[in-house]
Amino acid sequence: MTISELLNRLSGNKRTSANSACSRLRMVLAHDRSDLSPAMLDQMRLEIMEVVSKYLELDHTGSELSLETEERSTALVANLPIRRVRKLVR
Amino acid sequence: MAQMPSSDLTAHIEALKTHDCRSIVLCSGKGGVGKTTLTANLGIALAKLGHKTCVVDADYGLRNLDLLLGLESRIVFTAQEVISGSCRLGQALVKHKHETNLMLMPAGNPRMLDWFNPEHMRNLVTMLADSFDFILIDAPAGVEDGFKNAVAGANEAILVVNPEISSVRDADRVAGLLSSQGTFDLIQLVVNRVRPRMVEKLDMLSIEDVLDILAVPLLGVVQEDEQVIVSANLGEPLALGKSKSPAGIAYGNIARRIQGEEVPIPDINAKPEGFMNRLGDFLSTKII
Repeated sequence: MTISELLNRLSGNKRTSANSACSRLRMVLAHDRSDLSPAMLDQMRLEIMEVVSKYLELDHTGSELSLETEERSTALVANLPIRRVRKLVR
Repeated sequence: MAQMPSSDLTAHIEALKTHDCRSIVLCSGKGGVGKTTLTANLGIALAKLGHKTCVVDADYGLRNLDLLLGLESRIVFTAQEVISGSCRLGQALVKHKHETNLMLMPAGNPRMLDWFNPEHMRNLVTMLADSFDFILIDAPAGVEDGFKNAVAGANEAILVVNPEISSVRDADRVAGLLSSQGTFDLIQLVVNRVRPRMVEKLDMLSIEDVLDILAVPLLGVVQEDEQVIVSANLGEPLALGKSKSPAGIAYGNIARRIQGEEVPIPDINAKPEGFMNRLGDFLSTKII
């Protein structure tokens, strides 16, 4: 870390243009690499939630499915906040 | 159009191996990042190191490699006549004025775009392999047919990228295309036109950012240098070493790394000039 980077962190000023470029690139490359359209991603989110909802009661407003990329690999990351576990009738 | 013995998909690779020749394509996806300038300079730098080097202009739509090398008035025949069999290989090759180890294979007229295909490029490389240690292919911008032709003749690639959002995105696409092709022994990255002052102010992606995102091994870093334009005006690439310039030195270092030498990649830091710059240097002192 350099002194100017430290000053930037201390002042809480994290929104430098290079930082914006980095995060925008990560987002767009995850989509480029996987070749998944936003529509397909949303369809997938709904279907996954349907399956998971059989077992758990989910908070639908807070759920999100996103692509994350690190090195040259891409991961599908689901964030599904749980309200409560359903009592399953066996 | 081709009147040569048709080669199969790997004949050029075998020819390269037999003659111990490395065929390197320089590509970027995006235009204007400095592919042609880098090709011209690495050609000169490798020739200076004693390697027989051929630079191939594969940008048939917008050829410029001849201009940057100052050879535009010496072209008689081009790749077009070689492929169609109307001249011999040696008749089309143009020897550089100062670096006799360097030859240019000029691009034909833009109508070549209509018929030239990857097999023609592989044939051309097969023919060149026994006379050269290095073949550098200057690819056109884009990822369409011209790009596919250019990469068909290479077994190594140098991905040229600027620390800019659109250039990095395009380079990522090209890296994906190259690795899916599966015929490359080595794919390396040159980060070109870096502006140290902007990186310092966190207003330009740093080398680390670019490497982190693209995950392609780094071959070299070249900073933005006004002398590049002057050298293009004169048709005398900086790598000739007529004037000492940061970019010229960087090109030389990249050539040495290509031939296998271990040359450390220097931290790009601007020189201190005046109080503001010295303050900038102080602020960029490494503390952790």
